[in-house]
Order: sequence, then C-alpha cells, then structure tokens
Amino acid sequence: MFWKSTYNELIKIIAKPRSYIGLGAITLIIAIILFAMRLDGMTYLSFITQLFDQSLSFQGNILNGNLVAFIILQMLIVHIPLLIALVTGDLISGEGAMGTIRLLLTKPISRTGIFFSKYLAGCIYTFVILVWIGFLALGVSKFVFGTGDLMILKSEGLVIMQEQDIFWRFLSAFGIAYLGLIMIATLSITLSCFSENSIGPIVLTMAIIILFTIIGALDVSVLDNVRPFLFTTHMSTWNSFFENPLPTEQIIRSAVSLLLQIAGLLGIALYKFNRKDILS
Amino acid sequence: MTFSSEKIIEVKHLVKHYGKFKALEDVSFEVYKGDVLGFLGPNGAGKSTTIRAILSLIKPTSGEIKLFGKDPVKDHKYIFSRIGCIVEKPDFYLYLSAQKNLEIFARLTGVELKKNRISEIIDFVGLKGREKDKLKGFSNGMKQRLGIAQTLIHDPELIILDEPTTGLDPQGILDIRNLILQLKNEYNKTILLSSHLLSEIELIANRMVIINKGKTLVQGSVADLLNEQELIVSFTLNDIEKARSLLATFGIEKQFITINQNNLLLQISNDKIPAVNKLFCDNAIKVFSIETKRKLEDYFLKLINN
Repeated sequence: MFWKSTYNELIKIIAKPRSYIGLGAITLIIAIILFAMRLDGMTYLSFITQLFDQSLSFQGNILNGNLVAFIILQMLIVHIPLLIALVTGDLISGEGAMGTIRLLLTKPISRTGIFFSKYLAGCIYTFVILVWIGFLALGVSKFVFGTGDLMILKSEGLVIMQEQDIFWRFLSAFGIAYLGLIMIATLSITLSCFSENSIGPIVLTMAIIILFTIIGALDVSVLDNVRPFLFTTHMSTWNSFFENPLPTEQIIRSAVSLLLQIAGLLGIALYKFNRKDILS
Repeated sequence: MTFSSEKIIEVKHLVKHYGKFKALEDVSFEVYKGDVLGFLGPNGAGKSTTIRAILSLIKPTSGEIKLFGKDPVKDHKYIFSRIGCIVEKPDFYLYLSAQKNLEIFARLTGVELKKNRISEIIDFVGLKGREKDKLKGFSNGMKQRLGIAQTLIHDPELIILDEPTTGLDPQGILDIRNLILQLKNEYNKTILLSSHLLSEIELIANRMVIINKGKTLVQGSVADLLNEQELIVSFTLNDIEKARSLLATFGIEKQFITINQNNLLLQISNDKIPAVNKLFCDNAIKVFSIETKRKLEDYFLKLINN
C-alpha cells in the first residue's frame, strides 16, 4: 500500500503545473548563464586571471564546462530551495485546502504511511530537480564549452584542480547539496502539517531560509554560537568538496547536523499529522 | 428485505470538544447490517463531527466507536477496506481527469480490483463519456456522482454518505436518490446517510437517528417512530365555519391546528380521513383538496423545537 500511495503522490506531482515552475526556472537561468558565458565568458574570467597575470601564465581551455558548472551551482544553490518548497510545502496542506485529505485518510492506509509516501515523493522530486541541474550544469556545459582543469578563486588563493580529479567532487557536492535540499523539503512538509492552506507553509519556508541566511551572513560575534545550528550554514558545505585538502571533519559535521535536523523535523511532523483533527 | 442484528457501527456516548466549544455532548446510536440509517439534525447539530469521528478524521474527547465490532484506530486497515464514504462535499484533484482520480483512490482501497472496474463504476454513476475530462469543468452534480463512484469502487460493505445532495439541483437530487435506492435495493448495502432533506430520509431510510446540539434525541425504525404520530391533514373547503361547527359535533374540534380562509388543518390519524371527508360531503361542504403534510418533517420539527 505504501508504494501504491507513493506512486499516487508522484502522479499528483507530475500532473501539477507548479511542479514544472522549478524545472522551467532552472532551465531558463542555466540557459541565460550559458549564453552569457558563451558571449562574454573570457571577460568574466579575466577578473580572476588578471590578479595573477604577473606570476602565472594560463594555458589550455580555462573557460570550460567544469568552471561553468561550478559558477552555475554557486548561483543556483541559493534559489533552488525556494523552488523545492513550492512543491513540497503543498504536499499535505494542499490536500487540506482541496478537501481531498478527507478521502485520503479514510482509505486503508495509516496516516504514517500517507505521510512517508508524500515525503518520499517529495524527496524523489527534489532528486529529479538536482539531476536536472546536474545534467544542464555539467552535461550541457561540457558539451558547449568542452572540458578542462577547474580553476576557482577562493579567499585563500587560486585553487586549480586537474580534470580527472573533478567529477567525484561534483558528485559529492551534489550529494551534500541533496541533503541540504531534503532539509528544506522536510521543513516545508513539517510546516505543511500545521497549516490548512498551501501558501502559508511555502511562504514560511522561504521566510525561514531568508532569515537564517541573513543571520548566517551577519559578521557579529554574538551569532557565532547560533550559526552552527542553522541549516543554511551547512547547505553551503558542497563548496568544501572543491578545496584541497578536503575539510573532511567539517563535511561530516555538516552532514550529521543536517541529518539530525531532518530527523527532528520528521518526528515533529509525524507527531502533528497523526494527531491532527481534519476539519477542512 | 431482512435486517440483521449484527452491529456495523456502534457509537457510545461520543463527546467532542474544541476548546470551550462542545461540538458533541452525548451521541449514541447503532447501525445494523443491511440498515439504511438516516442521520438527521439541524445545521450545527453535530452530524458531520460525528461522521468525522466515526471515520477517524477527528479524535473524540471521550466515548467509544466500533466499526464491524473493532476499534477504527487500532484496526484501521481492516475496517477502512470495507468502507466507502463521502464526507461533506466530494473533493477531488481538479487538475486530474475523473478516471485518474478514481485510479488514485482505487489504488488505496486495499482490494484487488477487476481490470474494467473503473469503467464499470463510471458507467454505473452515469459519467460515461466524461471520464477523460478534467474535473475543473465538472458540475456539482457530476462531482457528487464521481464521489459515489469513488465510494463504491471497491464494493464496500458500509457506505457513509454525509450530505450527498448538498448543492445539487432537483434533477441532481433525484439522480443521487435513485443511486442510493439502487444501492439499498439491488446491492443490499449498509448505508449511513446524513441529510438535511427529510423527504429523502423518509423515502430511503429504514431506521433513523435524530441529534441536536450534540446529543442524540431519538433513534429507532422510521416506521415505528412516525407511527407514534398522527398526521397533519389540510382540507381545502368552501365553507370553513360550517365545517368547524360540524367537526365540533363530531367530537374532534380539539384537533384543529389552524384555520384560514379556505384551509382547515387537522391533526388526526390516517383512518379518520375518509370519515371526515364523508362528513363534509354529506353536509354539502365542497372539498377541493386533501393533503397530508410529511410526517417526518413534522416529527422532526416537533422534536427539535421541544
């Protein structure tokens, strides 16, 4: 019954027009970035290279698919959570708003079963979005710009990674980014359990992301103790995979922190959903 | 039709409070196998709250509910695979077609369905030809039909219909009523039918429960409960005063309810109507019409107003 319910949830996600807003927006943004980089990518790169012109000479295909993919990820990773929340925030409260929750909960499947089938469908949707980004950012970029070593400007200097050392980093970065996006999906589904309309949880999720991002960005020592507990802090951990040496401890800490927060939110959501009076 | 003593629904002293608001104070009733139970009450009496509690959509503050002799929370899967229901209006996924909606709910019935079951049930509720249409364009009547289709798709033993004719036009009401009658007569389903429409209950139900202000007022067989009451009969006559004095000599003047220009309302038993009519005719009073008011309507209003 659980798998049938999950299949139902996927059908609903596929049929909803709002599910394509994310895919459409990502496609459009990446297309614009690719177009802009194709037209004027070297000027963009010269901002980096001119800093080292006197000490280094750059050879080969510097403006390559790996660099463009990295740029795309940096630009998109802030906005994807909003697109995810648009769908996942509606998964439970949307049923309440439509009134279909009454039919759903009078079927021979437990509330826990319904909750987890919706959650799994939300996770699958998030995965599809991420795979689509990966395909466009890495696949199409490499097709358009070719391949080559990755050159990244970090605060500590210029990091250059060899072509054969890059793919696993992207895969791992996508892995930890997925965990961050699952955190967003869990947050919005949890909020969805407390609401009877679909807009509330979506807006609230976005507000929390914005608030936490601002708190994380504020360079005030009072907030130093708070920052490690904000999920937004750990969502940028994907960047750590493009460092040498790899900050393994920091990556593990971030992954554990995200997993714990996901588990905590799931517990709250499940508790609420199982005890909720359906009044819609 | 025979009715069993097997209890399909058993509600005992059901109480539901929302903070200080007491939605249900003491609701108790039973539905037996084969029953069509009319669940009556004015707006805000607690009908929908009771039905939601029966279907585990809300958690009662206290009281006991048993479906098929089992606890609906503990034996959720067993019980809900045997139930089909509409709670208030049947809401569906408007962005999907009728067929897709049915497929979605059919997958969750817990019953292996025949391959052509969905087209069979679409045909049964009269939606053939519209199954591929998205629900955005469906009228209320069509959604109600689809609601009934969703209810019946897994051939449940118990059907719970909460206000199934709300928002329908007269033709829609008639269609839904005929569908319910078909379920009762041809398929011998146990049905709990909540409705505002007393005529509907009078025509369909064999037993009824009336609740008001969250409490059960009465329950029993429709025939038994209504036979306790005399009829309200309206005579349209040409000479009311003469009729009145005649009835006084006949000894039933105390049963006058109202008199207006041409109508005389009497509360008398069914068997007295021919005698009163004969009395008028024998004394040259023209009788233009004799109408009996609906028994249930009167019974219901009396009970509620008391």
